[in-house]
Amino acid sequence: MATNLPTSAQAQGGIGTAAAPHIEHDEHLHEHDEHHDQHWLWKYVFSQDHKMIARQFLITGMVWAIIGGLLSSLFRLQLGWPEATMDWLKPLLGKWVEGGKLAPEFYLALVTMHGTIMVFFVLTAGLSGTFSNFLIPLQVGARDMASGFMNMLSYWFFFLSSIIMFASLFLETGPAAAGWTIYPPLSALPQAIPGSGMGMTMWLVSMVFFIVSQLLGGVNYVTTVINMRTRGMSMSKLPLTIWAFFLTAILGILSFPVLFSAALLLVFDRSFGTSFFLSDIYIAGQALHNQGGSPVLFQHLFWFLGHPEVYIVIMPAMGMVSEILATNARKPIFGYRAMIGSLIGISLLSFVVWAHHMFVTGMNPFLGSVFMFLTLIIAVPSGVKVFNWLATLWRGNIRFTAAMLFAIGFVSLFISGGLTGIILGNATLDIQMHNTYFVVAHFHLVMGSSAFFGLFAGVYHWFPKMFGRMMDEKLGYIHFWLTFVGVYLVFMPMHYVGIAGFPRRYYSWTGFDAFSQFADLNKFISAAAILAFFAQFIFIFNFFYSIFRGRRATENPWNSTTLEWTTPIVPGHGNWPGEIPAVYRWPYDYSKPGSEQDFIPQNVPYSQTPSSNLPYERELAE
Amino acid sequence: MTTLTILLVLALLLVVFGLLFRLQILTAIFSGSYVRQIGTSNRVNAILMLVFMVFGGAAFFWSFSENFSKMNPPIASIHGHAMEKMFWTTMTVIGIAFVITQALLFIYSYKYQHQEGRRAYFFSHNNKIEVIWTIIPAIVMAALIFAGWKAWTRITGPAPKDSIVVEVMGKQFNWLVRYPGRDMKLGVINYRLIDASNDFGFDLSDKAALDDFTASEIHVPKGHPVLLKIRSRDVLHAVYMPQFRVQMYAVPGMPTRFWFTPTTTTDEMRAKLGNPKFDYELACNQICGQGHFAMKFKIIVDEPDDYVAWYAAQTPVSKNADLMASYKQMSQQTGLGKGGSDAARASAIEETGELPATPLAAQSSL
Repeated sequence: MATNLPTSAQAQGGIGTAAAPHIEHDEHLHEHDEHHDQHWLWKYVFSQDHKMIARQFLITGMVWAIIGGLLSSLFRLQLGWPEATMDWLKPLLGKWVEGGKLAPEFYLALVTMHGTIMVFFVLTAGLSGTFSNFLIPLQVGARDMASGFMNMLSYWFFFLSSIIMFASLFLETGPAAAGWTIYPPLSALPQAIPGSGMGMTMWLVSMVFFIVSQLLGGVNYVTTVINMRTRGMSMSKLPLTIWAFFLTAILGILSFPVLFSAALLLVFDRSFGTSFFLSDIYIAGQALHNQGGSPVLFQHLFWFLGHPEVYIVIMPAMGMVSEILATNARKPIFGYRAMIGSLIGISLLSFVVWAHHMFVTGMNPFLGSVFMFLTLIIAVPSGVKVFNWLATLWRGNIRFTAAMLFAIGFVSLFISGGLTGIILGNATLDIQMHNTYFVVAHFHLVMGSSAFFGLFAGVYHWFPKMFGRMMDEKLGYIHFWLTFVGVYLVFMPMHYVGIAGFPRRYYSWTGFDAFSQFADLNKFISAAAILAFFAQFIFIFNFFYSIFRGRRATENPWNSTTLEWTTPIVPGHGNWPGEIPAVYRWPYDYSKPGSEQDFIPQNVPYSQTPSSNLPYERELAE
Repeated sequence: MTTLTILLVLALLLVVFGLLFRLQILTAIFSGSYVRQIGTSNRVNAILMLVFMVFGGAAFFWSFSENFSKMNPPIASIHGHAMEKMFWTTMTVIGIAFVITQALLFIYSYKYQHQEGRRAYFFSHNNKIEVIWTIIPAIVMAALIFAGWKAWTRITGPAPKDSIVVEVMGKQFNWLVRYPGRDMKLGVINYRLIDASNDFGFDLSDKAALDDFTASEIHVPKGHPVLLKIRSRDVLHAVYMPQFRVQMYAVPGMPTRFWFTPTTTTDEMRAKLGNPKFDYELACNQICGQGHFAMKFKIIVDEPDDYVAWYAAQTPVSKNADLMASYKQMSQQTGLGKGGSDAARASAIEETGELPATPLAAQSSL
């Protein structure tokens, strides 16, 4: 790349004499180089390199996303055309289509698996797993994760968990079908629904491995961010991506064990006759012995993970979007400290709002008041983020890369979905809205589609660093506009259906007078959803085509300031061939007055940019 | 044959798209735009942002107003009217925020698109406006929280003493309903006594249970508070009555409750909507198994006089021979239901945590 900015090597040379303390692992660098010809098994499969692990997470996540999307297309067919024959799906679904009709219990299984797959396997593992792995070492200036081995285990536990969950789709009794929130007693009793037999067992086993994977990953991310930052990379110079990944990992470490405990107690109830969540049940002609348990207890445990989980899904996307908006608006992110502060605020609050999922479960109404208060406060830091993103665009010089489009789309969807949270967080209004399509529309916009948009933005933006080639921009534009329009066409009308009180997880609504008036709207939503799903194949094609045939990337194709762009086009093991660059400035010196180019990388010392230094930076230059 | 044709057409279409894609790349290479970072497409995308805002906004506005009449289920309870008002007030507040932020997002995107030679404005923070836009939402939220909290405590507060009591029990996949009968006391039930004829699990050693009656529709009087006592006998269900703005889970092992005051009789509502077939419906709103979508139950709001007449005409369980026989058999089998009515009564009070005596005066005052 033609640039008259100092390269990382020059920057290093400039300060090499001044900065005595070398980072220890730099000295092992040449050892890394000697190991270049690894066996493919260690290079591509059981790799301990964070970049390879990131790619593994990404591709597994994409496979899951296609499966999850396909499942949603199937149940949207049922909702859109309840009278139509499904016989043509028999080759795929087998006995679940009988007499041209989808089996109602299989409909519930589809809904359950769609939720589980999308929330955990795509948006937690696929999004946070990919980008935390890929970007943390590259952006903090580390050779690799704190523990490459644990990182590898993290992926393979995820893989194992994926295999088990995938296998459960083919069970005779069908996969888990009690909703992704697996509320007992439905999830505890095979008599209640066939999916609560083997399907639920496999769901729980798979989830246990998934939690192990998340914890191994999370501990690694936190350790790496705390301990392995390069020289000069103080916490106040971290890119917002890293702040987001860091806080996400902390949320995961603190909340996933609670899901683990809930799953464990549920296993006890299912298999060993305990009564943690079961009481006074008469089912299938039999009174069960269980007494004294509380199904509401399970909900508390579940949502203690479940609510932080939605922030685990959305915060990495927020971080990446901040980064991408700043880079492509060629402007510093507005209110860097406020952005960090709001991330911390959201993280803290996310632990004390879980019971807003339970306003009408029979929980003490006083608790409802408390949780309403805490929940609605979260709108404030979320609002700050939105305003700061808007201010970042203001008077920018915007370059619409595919990544930038998805980042803007993210902000739009986050606003649309986030605002309805103000309705649902209000306990009074939740009495009517709880479990209706209003909720479905709300969370699909604010965490589902938004996080997906963050994921797409991240892939388009960091693809050059991942694969050394560029993705096709034109296909990216088409993909964006189809998806953006598609998402709105699906979820905006869904609000109307929800306001009318249409309950979620209904196989068919035709039995109810109040809900049957929306036949046309449901058809419309289904058609839009299926089209939007097929639009994703443009992305899939672009992705795989570009890995092999895409335009070759340069070192820093987006003229970005963060450290990952100082590595070679395809960084090898150890990331930097020479010394790790040191960091002198914050990551958002875009369009700084007085600077020659419109960006100054983090590794350029103030002494080399005398013309652009702000007053307080002049002292730092000396 | 048709399948084959469809597959062939699809394959050909894919080939066409592939060729077009290659062609596009080749022309881009020859025209030099392949490596150029910012070209016409930047301008096109910027314009599309504006187009999306205008047409998307218009389409949203149109479809919203088109569906507005459909999306407001008729309201038939006192708190329902208050909730409806709060809902649309909140919708207005968030609607304003929605329009402002979305408009700024798309307008900025269009207005500040890349221009050769222009430089972005280095603007890293401004404490003053940041404080302002933190405090304003905080104040708005505080107001919404306060209004919500006040309504919430009123709605979920204790039911008036003279409320009509109806017990609703969810099961896979329908609802069971019982009324306390003449003594205005719901008798003890025990899930171990449930069988085909005694699907509520009446414990008839409790005298208060003898005059209870079950019903195949819920009848409630207009203008009188109704306390729903809610149970489930198998998995979670949720009592959802959209027209009354009522929702509460039915939890096995943990009785729940919700009270409301109906304001419009079924007949009045039929006349009002011009729909002679209209009925208030009770739906299940918590996934409970394959029949979840079909747990429909009819609710009828009567004029108070009609309600009293209907109430008096019901047959108490003690007159149900099948049930009595089945109870005797079950209580012999299980050894339950012999503890005498006092003990059973005491345990019921413990279970529901309240005094069961609903004054008969309530009934006569109707």
